[in-house]
Amino acid sequence: MKSKADAVIIGGGVHGCSIAYHMAKKGWKNVVLLEKGTLACGATGRSVAGIRHQFGTEINIRLANESVRRMERLEEELEYDGSIELMQKGYLMLAYSEDELDLFTCNRDLQKQIDPGNLTEILTPEQAEELVPGLNLEGLCGASFNHRDGHASPFHVTQAYANAATRLGVDIRTGVEVERVKKEGDRISGVVITGGEEINSPVVVAAAGAYTKNFGEQVGLDIPVIPERHQVAVTEPLEMILGIMVISFAHGAYFKQTPHGSLLLGVGDPEHEVKDFVERSSWQFLYDVVKKTTFHWPALREANIIRQWAGLYDMTPDSQGIVGKTSVEGFYLDLGWSGHGFQLAPAVGQVMAEIVSGEPPFIDISCMCLERFERGELIPEPACV
Amino acid sequence: MEDNTIICRCEDLTLADIRAMIKKGFHNPQEIKRLTRCGMGPCQGSTCRELLLKEVAAASGKSIGELEMTTFRPPTKPIKAKSILMGGDHDEI
Repeated sequence: MKSKADAVIIGGGVHGCSIAYHMAKKGWKNVVLLEKGTLACGATGRSVAGIRHQFGTEINIRLANESVRRMERLEEELEYDGSIELMQKGYLMLAYSEDELDLFTCNRDLQKQIDPGNLTEILTPEQAEELVPGLNLEGLCGASFNHRDGHASPFHVTQAYANAATRLGVDIRTGVEVERVKKEGDRISGVVITGGEEINSPVVVAAAGAYTKNFGEQVGLDIPVIPERHQVAVTEPLEMILGIMVISFAHGAYFKQTPHGSLLLGVGDPEHEVKDFVERSSWQFLYDVVKKTTFHWPALREANIIRQWAGLYDMTPDSQGIVGKTSVEGFYLDLGWSGHGFQLAPAVGQVMAEIVSGEPPFIDISCMCLERFERGELIPEPACV
Repeated sequence: MEDNTIICRCEDLTLADIRAMIKKGFHNPQEIKRLTRCGMGPCQGSTCRELLLKEVAAASGKSIGELEMTTFRPPTKPIKAKSILMGGDHDEI
């Protein structure tokens, strides 16, 4: 069986759905989004969904500024009939060495240079403790804080984009896996889905996280991305005791409280974590995460842990996204966000829609192209776990 | 009765809440769980999982066996963080 589309988007995470919405809004007709599971069932839904201005590279700061602004009025923009559970009480980054504090200070300066209205401030350990009563000050040199940062529900943000895209005519198909991306000569010609059905399309946008590597290989592109497992544990719902998201890059640990009351505790452990498509959680993690997060905030010792899960970062050599067109005409990429992609989806969705439409994107994202790896022009992001 | 029959005790979800989701087109228990938190509470779905599956099955015309089961997540029962740190047997603390 064969069918035709003007564009096919692979991946129903927050990026795929944001691209679908922005393309439809630009007037694209006959756009099909294919998701092998359910919406947000991959990296998007496993993320703790932090949203922050506090990045250390110009491109991420620009994307983040725009994305936070959009998240603030997303329910209105997308006419969502639910809540995206946005909570903006701030994001506290703990520094455990003078070098780390210097880095945060440099990052803040860059953030203010790009947007003079940026609210990031450098705090003393005592000021940090005022924000998080009971914070352990042992070894703490200072912190970076921005009270307009926060977090949201990855499921509802994705659903909000998907609903809006559907209303604008995008055909979102869940439970449909792309087996193969097809190429004719130097250009993309469509996809083959499980069962052999072909969807012919001059445009294919791959937003499938680490799974995108396979699609690249099928059309002769080497996409340097690997899956890396990251895990999260969650406590029972508690009274609102922590408005702020807290993170320590030095320990790879972070925690936040959702508006619903449960606390999410995470640890990134690139040295020991499985680098494969494994989404099972481990006991070792449960011990590590409790040990690390109770070090930062001893009050957590009394909390009941009720569940844990795992998800996949899509890691690239410089921990930055791979975005834009490729040497295969009609084949576009949006992946490799290495753990900070959720929050950037509002801006990147529009950027992608513009690139696919042949227009210059409203944020110049050319430094994130696939070719940067061949050219050795990496853009390492210093502020990520 | 629909309005006040509790399906998920931990997250305070009623039969009406679940039916509203099904009416919106969500015919996969995983989707309903993720958007409503049905089954994500301290009891880990020990009561509501089956009730949710029954509702979805009835609405979609599928048998429960054909539906995608929501994931059972460790540690199954709530454990105090400090108990994890201390190790030992479960009755010691």
